[in-house]
Amino acid sequence: MAHPAEAEDRTPDGTEDPWMGGRFVDPDLICLNGDGESALRGSRCDRCAAITFPTQSSCPRCAATEMSIHPLPRHGVLWTYTIQRFRPKTPYDGPADFEAYPVGYVNLGDEVLVESRLSAPPDRAPRIGEEMELIFTPYTRDADGDTVRTFAFRAVAEDGGEKP
Amino acid sequence: MSVSVVGIGMHPFGRTPGVSGRQQGIIATRAALADAGVEWKDIQFAVGGSISAGYADTVVNELGLTGTPFVNVSNGCATGASALMVAVSMIDSGQADLCVAIGFDKHDPGAFNADPESVGLGSWYGSTGLMLTTQFFGMKIQRYLHDHDLPVSLLAKVAAKAFRNGALNHNAWRRTPLSEHDIAAAPMVSDPLTKYMFCSPGEGAVALVLASAKKAATLASRPVVLRSVVQRTRRYGSFEVFSPWLAPERADSPTVEAAAACFEDAGIGPADVDVAQIQDTEAGAEIMHMGETGLCAAGEEEKLITLGHTEIHGPSPINTDGGCIANGEPIGASGLRQVYENVLQLRGDAGARQVGGGPRVAFTHVYGSPGVSACTLLVR
Repeated sequence: MAHPAEAEDRTPDGTEDPWMGGRFVDPDLICLNGDGESALRGSRCDRCAAITFPTQSSCPRCAATEMSIHPLPRHGVLWTYTIQRFRPKTPYDGPADFEAYPVGYVNLGDEVLVESRLSAPPDRAPRIGEEMELIFTPYTRDADGDTVRTFAFRAVAEDGGEKP
Repeated sequence: MSVSVVGIGMHPFGRTPGVSGRQQGIIATRAALADAGVEWKDIQFAVGGSISAGYADTVVNELGLTGTPFVNVSNGCATGASALMVAVSMIDSGQADLCVAIGFDKHDPGAFNADPESVGLGSWYGSTGLMLTTQFFGMKIQRYLHDHDLPVSLLAKVAAKAFRNGALNHNAWRRTPLSEHDIAAAPMVSDPLTKYMFCSPGEGAVALVLASAKKAATLASRPVVLRSVVQRTRRYGSFEVFSPWLAPERADSPTVEAAAACFEDAGIGPADVDVAQIQDTEAGAEIMHMGETGLCAAGEEEKLITLGHTEIHGPSPINTDGGCIANGEPIGASGLRQVYENVLQLRGDAGARQVGGGPRVAFTHVYGSPGVSACTLLVR
């Protein structure tokens, strides 16, 4: 599979490209899917089809050691959430000027639930069951002043209702 | 299993400036030995743990260099219960008649700053702000309230009980009762949990002297019998702290398996329990663990809590010493604190917080990172 760093800059579905402007927090977390879009890079057990994120070299369900790279679905449904209200201690390296951020688990097509920062409208809490989509978003700057991006999920509908 | 708790000792929980965690462990051990009417030189095997306050086995420098074998254990929040398991194995296998289990700790203020690589995760998990136990507890109770249609107001009720019970416990850290209103209105930490719904990392120490039935019969103390102690780790699909991903199908938490096996080993059912100490890292954990341990059916917690069943004088008292919320959580000592409280309750020595009716069966439960649980049953 082509490494995303080798692919031309693109903004599929209008989302921000993980590689554009600065760097991505850990290149091993992302890959391109079959449609050439950036996706989270999971692994899938060749024997029992269990899916993990990030990749693992052996299966946590059946202990097989044959695992293949598996790009995860880019859309899902919020399973649970909280809001991080205080600035975490190190190794958190977000900005000193802290702003609360929501965190949740998003069920990606019943393949796997991924823990992620959420990008919710600031004036309302996330809602269990709402549709979410993958984005790549800046969360801090490194020592050189470069933007560092990570993955996040945002509500598809601003008001939390069903997408028309 | 025929192991008795013949001595208990505790150094008060909270903050004790100038006294190291290790020193608190020594103070607790001396108190436990005195309670049992034995001396350190009589101890044939020792086991203990601390996460942030050094190696437990260094207490021998002050207790006495008697040559006794001493094993250090480190199992997160299950450290105390794991120490008990080791001591029980030594007694059950006939290798020792008199053992000590020690737990102590002294943590820095504030939430733990966990190291991703120590649990096999990439550094991104910590640097992007996902590696917080507080987030896990917020997310788990958020989903539990949703699944069982429970009101968020239950959380403040549970925390208020913890502070009320802590006020009756001279060894507790938080001894000032707080109203449900003040708890609910406090700053939010991890929604839906406010500052006063969480326990805090703290300091403290507990030591227990354990004896074989034969040895216990020769001691003047009032033995309480440890009928079972069981520890379990997580299964595929359970929802655990520090999980970047979860399987789509949910499995029971390790609490469910540890509790079920503990009851089965002891030949005792949850309905027989007269007093229970269960992991209340935050108020939601007490609610979820009531169901997971089998003390009630999942979803039934609202009824029991609002009817006052879990109060000291209710029919199913839970966390009579104020739990982790009022005592704080010095990790190495926390599980042994629960056993200490249950021994007091079974002896009838719990003073102002003594449960009525002459309790005969007492249960403990711990849960912690990265998905480990341990339970004990004590009987009189």
